[in-house]
Amino acid sequence: MQFSPQQFKPQARAALQDQDLQQALSRAKSGFIDKRRVAVEAFDDFEALRERGKRIRNHALEHMDIYLERLEAQVQAAGGHVHWAEDAEQARAIILELCHKASAKRVTKSKTMVGEEIGINEAMEADGLEVVETDLGEYIIQLAEEPPSHIIAPAIHKTRQQITELFDRYHHRGELKKKLREIPELVNEAREVLREKFLTADVGITGANFLIAETGSIALVTNEGNADLTHTLPRMHISISGIDKVVPTLEDASTLLRLLARSATGQEMSTYTTFVNGPRRDGDPDGPDEFHLVLLDNGRTRMLQGQFREMLRCIRCGACMNHCPVYAAVGGHAYGWVYPGPMGSVLTPLIVGLDKTRDLPHACTLNGRCASVCPVKIPLPKLLRQLRSEQYREGLMDSRNRLGLAFWGFFATRPRLYHTAAGLAIRVLHALSRGRGRFRRLPMAAGWTGSRDLPAPSRRTFQQVWKQQSKERGR
Amino acid sequence: MTDTTPTREKPIVALFATCLVDLFRPNVGLATVRLLEQAGFAVEVPQQQTCCGQPAYNSGDDDRAAALARQVIRQFERYSYVVVPSGSCAGTIITHYPELLRGDKEWQDAAYRLAERTWELTRFLTEVSGQQTEVPAEYAGRITYHDSCSGLRELNIRQQPRTLLSAVKGLELVEMEERDTCCGFGGTFCIKYPEISERMVSNKVEAIRQTGAETLLAGDLGCLMNMAGRMQRLNVPVRAYHVAEVLAGMTDVPAIGEEENR
Repeated sequence: MQFSPQQFKPQARAALQDQDLQQALSRAKSGFIDKRRVAVEAFDDFEALRERGKRIRNHALEHMDIYLERLEAQVQAAGGHVHWAEDAEQARAIILELCHKASAKRVTKSKTMVGEEIGINEAMEADGLEVVETDLGEYIIQLAEEPPSHIIAPAIHKTRQQITELFDRYHHRGELKKKLREIPELVNEAREVLREKFLTADVGITGANFLIAETGSIALVTNEGNADLTHTLPRMHISISGIDKVVPTLEDASTLLRLLARSATGQEMSTYTTFVNGPRRDGDPDGPDEFHLVLLDNGRTRMLQGQFREMLRCIRCGACMNHCPVYAAVGGHAYGWVYPGPMGSVLTPLIVGLDKTRDLPHACTLNGRCASVCPVKIPLPKLLRQLRSEQYREGLMDSRNRLGLAFWGFFATRPRLYHTAAGLAIRVLHALSRGRGRFRRLPMAAGWTGSRDLPAPSRRTFQQVWKQQSKERGR
Repeated sequence: MTDTTPTREKPIVALFATCLVDLFRPNVGLATVRLLEQAGFAVEVPQQQTCCGQPAYNSGDDDRAAALARQVIRQFERYSYVVVPSGSCAGTIITHYPELLRGDKEWQDAAYRLAERTWELTRFLTEVSGQQTEVPAEYAGRITYHDSCSGLRELNIRQQPRTLLSAVKGLELVEMEERDTCCGFGGTFCIKYPEISERMVSNKVEAIRQTGAETLLAGDLGCLMNMAGRMQRLNVPVRAYHVAEVLAGMTDVPAIGEEENR
């Protein structure tokens, strides 16, 4: 997985120049928003459901230790194994060892963001394994050798023409004449290629949408059914999940699944919802011989203790990025790591460190639309602000901004001086504008005037005008 | 402006003009005063006000933001009503000061008291003064209205300006697509990430253009300066005014960024 959140600015700039990306983004944007709105309006009191979802997640986080222990016991009772990984390196090592044990050559994978978080694909490939992504979007970007740009629609940045080209290159040795193929045709072709991989894989890796403590089940949702083929056909099923995904009961999971599908894709339910309980039992028609659950911490217990706990409520629906105007402008790759958009701008600094992610908390207008659609009511703007203050306290803000703030603050906290200085500055600026009402260019405001005119101030400040009028009116 | 009624009989409103209005567009402050006076209030403007502290707060400089919050509280705590012609500055006082001052019980309580008495202008006019049906202004033309994010999501301001505008004679409101999507201003955001901001404001300008409106209105000067500045750069002939200017019938001055009449 590429890691370049430090390069947010140049990456965003490049994304804005990328015509294919812009085309793909503008097509995707309204689709997600409209579908969610229709689904939410059709649901009787979605607001109450959000509140319930938030409470369930808060309760689960509050008692995470108890529920994780219960989960472990239930998974073991069903004949499965639980592995605890403190960080990405440990998780990779556990999974590689399991693959060795299974004498694996081919591994199928259904979509897992935690898999991206720990960089499992690169590790397995370096170990000589053939890794096949089976979610259509993931498959496409695997061919393109790119990371996902969205947590539920990983290839959202790709146009149909680009996908046609990729399939031509990898499935037809570049011999196809067609520049643009129909979507059903492309889907069927991918399905054919993947069918053989499903049937011959030694290990299947999935993520987990929820972990259910009560039953030791993992919940998996897809719209393609690829997770089910991934975990039932190979000899070994490995599920990777963050420890934050645990919920107490099946009932809780069903509430959250209702929130998840509506918030993510505007569906009432994802096409395939599966609860996986351990390996194949006697009499089961299918299923793996072994089931392993790898539970990853990677900074999550640290988050649990501090002022960012609320972020752990996240159920990875992607609604925040679907509604984020910054994400809509630059797409997911600009953020430089696994989790893009608002949730990523909070999560990435917390996982990898503030010093490596200086831009992420700032690349947001704090417009609050993300929080207004979050199914579990995570106050994303507030958390982004908290990250900004941590950055400020740790001296991670660049000196120009710091100086600018100090300069402005010096005056703003000295009202008398402020008004004298402001009155003078306004008069000078007004004179410079020569009655044109605005500036096309102003050297000290180049960040503004690069792309828009700057309205010029009037001759006097409001306070000056007010003072004079008050005198005249004898107020 | 020849009000001669003794002010002691009228309830007093303190105006928090906001730094942008003070520096760039006094007319918005004057329009706000006129609206409040028409609604039967006497207006005072505390002289020591500067800025609500948002630039510091949104940059993570909590100490400086808290210093400004205390300064605003000290200047305004004696008033029963504080009115602000901006959703984002009002939102800062109402929703963020108590959070910002949570480390000090006394100051936090003071912040809560001020929050209870602080109003965004259009909300004050519709919900407190109850004068919305008697707006006497006229404005001939098609307008479109941008919902500024902080007002919309922190203070639930959506219907109030529309209710007030519906009583303005000659005015026709045409809603734009994605009227509640951010215009890309975001305070210091537009300076720190100018390219992203440019894309966002360009999308917004396109949505405005599509309505065929001749005038753009909003309740926040920052957003308005951003959108007006972009429209002028792109030669889109739409004028921009703060909603208070139209409601008060004070559009005899050049629109935002427009050439002065000579």
